[in-house]
Amino acid sequence: MNELLLIMGMMLVTLAIRYPVLALSGRLKLSDWFLQLLRYVPPTVLTAIVVPAVLMPTGEELSLTLANARMVGALAAVTVGLWRKNLLLTIAVGMGVFLLWQWGVVAAHH
Amino acid sequence: MKMRVAATPSPQTEFWAGCRAIVPLVVGAIPFGMIFGTLATSSGLSFAGALGMSALVFAGSSQFIALGLLAAGTPLPLIILTTFVVNLRHLLYAISLLPHIRHLPQAWKVPIGFWLTDEAFAVAIARYHQPDPSPYKHWYYLGASVLMYLNWQVFTWIGLTLGQMLPNVANWGLDFAMSVTFIGMILPYLQSHPTIAAVLVAGGVSLLTHGLPHQLGLMVAAILGMAAGVLAEKLTNLRRMHHE
Repeated sequence: MNELLLIMGMMLVTLAIRYPVLALSGRLKLSDWFLQLLRYVPPTVLTAIVVPAVLMPTGEELSLTLANARMVGALAAVTVGLWRKNLLLTIAVGMGVFLLWQWGVVAAHH
Repeated sequence: MKMRVAATPSPQTEFWAGCRAIVPLVVGAIPFGMIFGTLATSSGLSFAGALGMSALVFAGSSQFIALGLLAAGTPLPLIILTTFVVNLRHLLYAISLLPHIRHLPQAWKVPIGFWLTDEAFAVAIARYHQPDPSPYKHWYYLGASVLMYLNWQVFTWIGLTLGQMLPNVANWGLDFAMSVTFIGMILPYLQSHPTIAAVLVAGGVSLLTHGLPHQLGLMVAAILGMAAGVLAEKLTNLRRMHHE
């Protein structure tokens, strides 16, 4: 019962964010400067998600050392991504370097 | 993101082009869905509850955070409030889509809203920004989001069943797949100085504001980054005018 309430509640608040603006879109007019601002939505939102996930793996403090396998994997992904411009390859190399680093280098220190 | 759209687009060609465009992002989301399914039952969600949450809420990061809160015994209203704040970024996505979807009938706007995710938005907005005048770009969004949705359901289920059998799978760090996927999505944007400024500010602020409750820092960082981008554009234009 509680679980049903939880799922319904989460569904409703999520829909309440995603849908109303779309529903009213016929009546909403956006100014030019606001449209200009919106062009930066995709890269800034994704960056704000990724940077803490990669550089603060424990969620509390910054980890800028080679012991941070996420940072090493991310650097590999950025390098390959800028070089080859292929999304699937970027994901595969970033993930591969991260897993190898985590199992090989970081584990060796413990 | 590669775009392969037929010379004379139809709803079908747009739909399949959207499916193809989101494939790499779907691949990146696979481990994430699997871990959600794997962790769900040990966090206190039932098998049906986990499937139901993926089917009805369909918002990966908030589902994850809900699991953590559930396991910690957090009261329901607080979990729902956190879900709201974590998903606020979708408001920015919905507003960004607004100029492109306003002419569509309401029947289209419900699925577009329900299926709005980081991935489907990124693929769709890139298609909308392409200069060709195809009147069926919403079919492209539909193809991308349907594939994303099906993938999330299937891998929640696989996590619930097979994931349970793998030892300690939640500690392998597979959630990092989402970070590399997003990195791959950000890189193509870094082609102008204002965008680079926007991303640097968003990244820096996200570290400074990470301590804010319910991941509010994400919104603060994104909005300041967007403002930095516009400001950098203005400065670039001023300098150009000065030189002429």
